Amino acid sequence: MRKLMGSSSSYNTPCAACKFLRRKCMPDCIFAPYFPPEEPQKFANVHKIFGASNVTKLLSELLPHQREDAVNSMAYEAEARVRDPVYGCVGAISYLQRQVQRLQKELYAINADLLNYACSEIHQTAERATAPSLPLGGSSLVRSVAPPQGGPLPSVDLCSGSNVSNEVGGGGGGGGGGEGGDFYHFTGLPLHVYPLPWNGDSSRNSLITINEGGNGKYVSNGEKGHPI
Amino acid sequence: MNSTRCAACKYLRKKCPPDCIFSPLFPASDPQRFAHIHRIYGAGNIARMLQKLPAHLRAQAAESLSFEARCRIEDPVYGCVKIISQLQQEIFMAQSQLAKTLAQFQVFCNSLSIADPQFQHAAEASSSFIDQGPRSNHL
Repeated sequence: MRKLMGSSSSYNTPCAACKFLRRKCMPDCIFAPYFPPEEPQKFANVHKIFGASNVTKLLSELLPHQREDAVNSMAYEAEARVRDPVYGCVGAISYLQRQVQRLQKELYAINADLLNYACSEIHQTAERATAPSLPLGGSSLVRSVAPPQGGPLPSVDLCSGSNVSNEVGGGGGGGGGGEGGDFYHFTGLPLHVYPLPWNGDSSRNSLITINEGGNGKYVSNGEKGHPI
Repeated sequence: MNSTRCAACKYLRKKCPPDCIFSPLFPASDPQRFAHIHRIYGAGNIARMLQKLPAHLRAQAAESLSFEARCRIEDPVYGCVKIISQLQQEIFMAQSQLAKTLAQFQVFCNSLSIADPQFQHAAEASSSFIDQGPRSNHL
């Protein structure tokens, strides 16, 4: 009768952590539930950035139901740091903040345009209401307005009646601070955005590389700015 | 030997050599900063990471690591990834709001252009804007 030999647990495949650390994977291995052997890179990144003992310490301070999310967030940070050794996740935060500010500016601009056109319409309606006469037999819908002179439609300030620029200067719908707010100002460096680990496929490798100059290049087939 | 030890060497209770890699990045005036980083990453890992970087980038790396360490200490489960999650949610909501406002704008312009031809070009402009999508998606 042959005994089963081998240092690893006889019937279970060692987890990615124990494989990486070349040690026996015990039944109560703290890493085993979170670092399956099919994802060796996950532990490799976490080990490189945080270190196995630090991860053990962090996990042991958490309740069991919190550990999976903690491991996934650490894996996310570690991957970000491996890809971008200088800024890591902070680069992604900065990029997303700029996106938010840009969208808020656009929203502000479109709301201002809507208001301008609405004011213009109200103003013209008021003018028509005081028009001297309507064509005989015409309906109230007939209007005698001059054709547009060309160029952008001038907006009319309801109070002053003077033409104001249709451009919304600055926008500034975003909230406080300048570019990047309280975070870092990154210029001229590639920025990366990654899908979050617990709301999608964590093994998906979507990556968007964007240059500060705006010459963006989409390098993967994932979704852009993947929302939750 | 540096007579005033840097925060790292003070924390690690060792001599601070003249070529200490931590010395320019972790001054003795802010001991907490190194304490946070050491707690999350470990001195050896930090030294190794900084060693691999060119000298002019190490300060920014130390700043970003310090920030991430602080976030992880404050929120041991999600760390700074929670901020990313919140920002992505904000982007999603802003995009939805923008799409909704653009649609309203188009309806408004279309109704104006039917009643008044001089608004026709505004309706056409908003329509092409909606087809293009928000400018922020064009990278």
